Amino acid sequence: MQPQMVMYDEEFQQISAVCERLAREANAKIVFLVDKNGQLIASVGATENLDTTSLASLTAGNIAATGGLAKLIGEKEFSILFHEGEKDNLHISIIGGRVILVVIFDSRSSLGLVRLRVKKASDELNKIFDGLMKKVQVPGAGSPFAEITDDDIDNLFSE
Amino acid sequence: MSFINYSSREINCKIVYYGPGLCGKTTNLQYIYANTNQQAKGKMISLATETERTLFFDFLPLSLGEIRGFKTRFHLYTVPGQVFYDASRKLILKGVDGVVFVADSQIERTEANVESVENLRTNLGEQGYDLDKIPYVIQYNKRDLPNAAPLDELQNLLNPKGVPHFEAVAPKGEGVYETLKAIAKLILTELKKGT
Repeated sequence: MQPQMVMYDEEFQQISAVCERLAREANAKIVFLVDKNGQLIASVGATENLDTTSLASLTAGNIAATGGLAKLIGEKEFSILFHEGEKDNLHISIIGGRVILVVIFDSRSSLGLVRLRVKKASDELNKIFDGLMKKVQVPGAGSPFAEITDDDIDNLFSE
Repeated sequence: MSFINYSSREINCKIVYYGPGLCGKTTNLQYIYANTNQQAKGKMISLATETERTLFFDFLPLSLGEIRGFKTRFHLYTVPGQVFYDASRKLILKGVDGVVFVADSQIERTEANVESVENLRTNLGEQGYDLDKIPYVIQYNKRDLPNAAPLDELQNLLNPKGVPHFEAVAPKGEGVYETLKAIAKLILTELKKGT
């Protein structure tokens, strides 16, 4: 079973900063991070007209399906996927086995540049997530929902 | 597993609708999609075959409102029900917070229901989950059909532990929201325990 995913403001700022730099240095249009269950963690770039929730869910589905394929042929996982389109391309990579980094780029960039920048950003992101996981495991870092009452839950459904 | 985001003050949970082929999992999501107001829902995605059978999954993001300043978001998924899509079903169960089992009430589908529940238990087990311990509800769908089996019989067969159950006619929406509310409540109650 995967551990509970938690995101704090401090780490979120750090992650966003790494993604923003990656987008800039790789000349990418959009960079986003998704957890393997399909939840969007962060997104930067021209995301206004993009359905990032769907994108996150489909990316995770894609990784899950290719992961299934990998296992069938005796591989642990395929850590990088690349989808080439007429205008835009998708570079998808798995970071530290737990989160998915997606870079959308067009002809202003190149696969080589994206791969190079992604590698550097991956190391940094991996460190941040390592720290985050340790923080989550500290006792006392309980769920903010520990104090909710049954009434709170009922109120959610009273229209 | 749920994803608690303190930065954007959001909590995201994953609900999976499971059940045999043609039991009405996709219909549940379609009804919810069609009857939820625009602000509360995202786009519904269906990865289906040309004959509209679910190939990989359906996906529907929903926001239910706030609890203690946290926006609650639920991601609803269906699995492909047909037996030979088992590899895909396993993938979709990853990171699940709660399961709705949609049973097809028709007598002819009894065996398919039983097989599917067993399949659910096995596949959850492979991911490290125990069906008896996670939030779980059962929906008996197609109650309006003349060949629907008696409720007692279905309960004996599919619900020995007595988890919450609902009778439904999914295309008309009967029982659809009741089922969703029940599973969402169980998930939030589980979060409260802080497991």
